[in-house]
Amino acid sequence: MIDDTGRDVRVLDGNVAAAHGVRLCRPDIISCFPITPQSPLGEALSGFVADGLLDADIVEPEGENSALSLLIGASVAGGRTFTSTSSQGLSFMYDAYLFTAGNRLPVVMAIAMREQVAPHGVVAGQQDAVLVKDAGWIQFYAESCQEIMDATIMAYRLAEDPDILLPVNICYEGFYLSYQSQRVEIPLQKDVDRFLEPVKNVQRPRMCIETPMTFSSYTFPGELYTEYRYKHCAAFHRAKEMCDQIDAEFSRIFGYGYGGQIEEYKTDDADILIVTMGAATGTAKGVIDRQRDAGVNVGLVKIRMFRPFPSEKLVRILRGRKAVGVIDRNVLYTAGCGHGYYEIKALISDSNPSPPLLVNFIAGLGGADITPNHVNRVIEETYAVSVGSDYKPVTWISLE
Amino acid sequence: MRFRSDFESPWAIPEPPLDVKTGEWRFQRPVTKVSKCRQCGWCYVFCPLGCIELGSTHFFADLAYCKGCGLCAKICPANAIMLMREKDDK
Repeated sequence: MIDDTGRDVRVLDGNVAAAHGVRLCRPDIISCFPITPQSPLGEALSGFVADGLLDADIVEPEGENSALSLLIGASVAGGRTFTSTSSQGLSFMYDAYLFTAGNRLPVVMAIAMREQVAPHGVVAGQQDAVLVKDAGWIQFYAESCQEIMDATIMAYRLAEDPDILLPVNICYEGFYLSYQSQRVEIPLQKDVDRFLEPVKNVQRPRMCIETPMTFSSYTFPGELYTEYRYKHCAAFHRAKEMCDQIDAEFSRIFGYGYGGQIEEYKTDDADILIVTMGAATGTAKGVIDRQRDAGVNVGLVKIRMFRPFPSEKLVRILRGRKAVGVIDRNVLYTAGCGHGYYEIKALISDSNPSPPLLVNFIAGLGGADITPNHVNRVIEETYAVSVGSDYKPVTWISLE
Repeated sequence: MRFRSDFESPWAIPEPPLDVKTGEWRFQRPVTKVSKCRQCGWCYVFCPLGCIELGSTHFFADLAYCKGCGLCAKICPANAIMLMREKDDK
């Protein structure tokens, strides 16, 4: 169906929505190795190329490690590249994954998030993506199929910016978003072309016959190594503000945006906040609407950009709230809590003079649903903490 | 902040101080027997460092960079390349 602005409106699952996002960005080379629940993304992209909708080289690698490794070569030569994976595929890719980040190559990769084995789990989760949070990649977590597509388009802008030059992950829960169909508006190619320059105009070093260079060069002595690490951190920091700018420009061109690093929902006057990341956000928003009707002053913060972590923005939002409940679909073994909770806890001293009480809820592990009932419970318990009942830092929802 | 490299990441145009003379690591060196070299170029293709050059009569390694891995000698179809231990040579 074409709507009155000429946009193509379709019912797409997350994988196909991501594929349309990639198609609109006109990549030069695509290399995906199939793994559940990401496989249909590679199939959709192969279909676009076969149908003549996309002029890109599809490479069939013999594994995930090669899938990313060959994109390293293509990206060093200046190409626009795409790959995608899940779970064990990401583990197998880890060596090339670090190499891509360290060499500051603007590769874009979708992760249809899945639990890691063991226990055996070909089911939704966030564990694969959060495990690599400190590998030097930028990570976006999407809430809906529409956001997967839009985040992919924004990812290329961010990755290829000469001040950033970092690889970007688009993470979305496998099964929930990868296979679930939703209404998606596909933007017009001419709008995307206005938003994202052709790859030949992108200003960055390229290794080719005319400009011989050495890459991943020798960095002895240590100062040079330290220098590249420092530059990586500095680019990471710049990416936060750049993300907000790119989002603002996106909304100027396409008419809607996502708020940049984080999305705030009914936070203005909220006494308590719920923090979510990924697919549970939609459910949580619906529950918050009902709780608001019932008179609970609750708002929601969605973490869109998990790496770099939006510390400054979150500190500003946390300050003055009574309690904050963080829902995590992942586990940080060492602290017995979720990754999101742990990261936000690190901001508490910055949110003085009146930091909120922080509570964590582990939910939706191993492909379990995060239901409206769960979110209701999260809000009720966070509210109870805010008015002075017993403080319990971490609750494993399905175990109680 | 004072930086030594113009690049954001470990990329370099091979000039000092980023140009490392890997030849200093070598314990053996390839020596081409000029009369045997057929100039087929296999050593040029296979050299992992890309430090083989073509002279007027034969291919030879640029010893500033050659690490002495010996791959050229191994693949030379004419057996024109010999490996000499550096200490024997000195």
